[in-house]
Amino acid sequence: MGTLENQIVRITSRLVAPFIQVYGIYVIIHGHLSPGGGFSGGAIFGASLVLVALSFNLEVGAKQISHDTASILESGGALGFVITGLVAIALGANFLANQSAGFPMGQTGQLFSAGAIFIITFFLGIKVASTIVTLFYNIIEGEDKSGDAH
Amino acid sequence: MMTGVLTEILNGLLLLFLVVCAIAVAQIRDMLSAVIVFASFGLIMAIVWQQLSSPDVAMVEAALGTGVTTLLLIAAISKTRRTE
Repeated sequence: MGTLENQIVRITSRLVAPFIQVYGIYVIIHGHLSPGGGFSGGAIFGASLVLVALSFNLEVGAKQISHDTASILESGGALGFVITGLVAIALGANFLANQSAGFPMGQTGQLFSAGAIFIITFFLGIKVASTIVTLFYNIIEGEDKSGDAH
Repeated sequence: MMTGVLTEILNGLLLLFLVVCAIAVAQIRDMLSAVIVFASFGLIMAIVWQQLSSPDVAMVEAALGTGVTTLLLIAAISKTRRTE
């Protein structure tokens, strides 16, 4: 298993993965200003986690983010999305209302602007990234633990 | 005027490469090679989306079509056979 090709793949993915992750976070938190958003950035971030887990082995991947952590984050992202919508209802507006619910708008073009869109994009990014990691783990260890997974 | 013609030539070449990649994916018998050609299909498709002035879709195509799909298909190959 310890061939030269294996070494090249491992070293390359280890060097590239942090940059992919920083780019994914950048796309997520600039979702309301530039192209991309929660879905694109989450897909980029999740792909970097899957890349490391695939080029090394599952133990190294589980040290980054384990199957259970990914499942919890997946549910937590969806929960945060819904709670942000419910906060708008609690503030006296419609579900997922933004300006009419009184979220701070900020200065147009700055990073912390657009009120609830920023929070929603963040939770969406967490949700998509952990969904992709969960998808990968389900493919890799699907048959082994089908008894207790479902 | 000249740049418009060059853009049209670039778009034509990209679409031609897209068709070649799509046929090659269906024809190649080696699964790993087919996955890699499919990744290049997604990369060209992302550039085509960018040329159609939709950078949002291009970003999703580059991340999902090229990155995640390739990784998941390689994971599936590692669990099964490599040749058809």
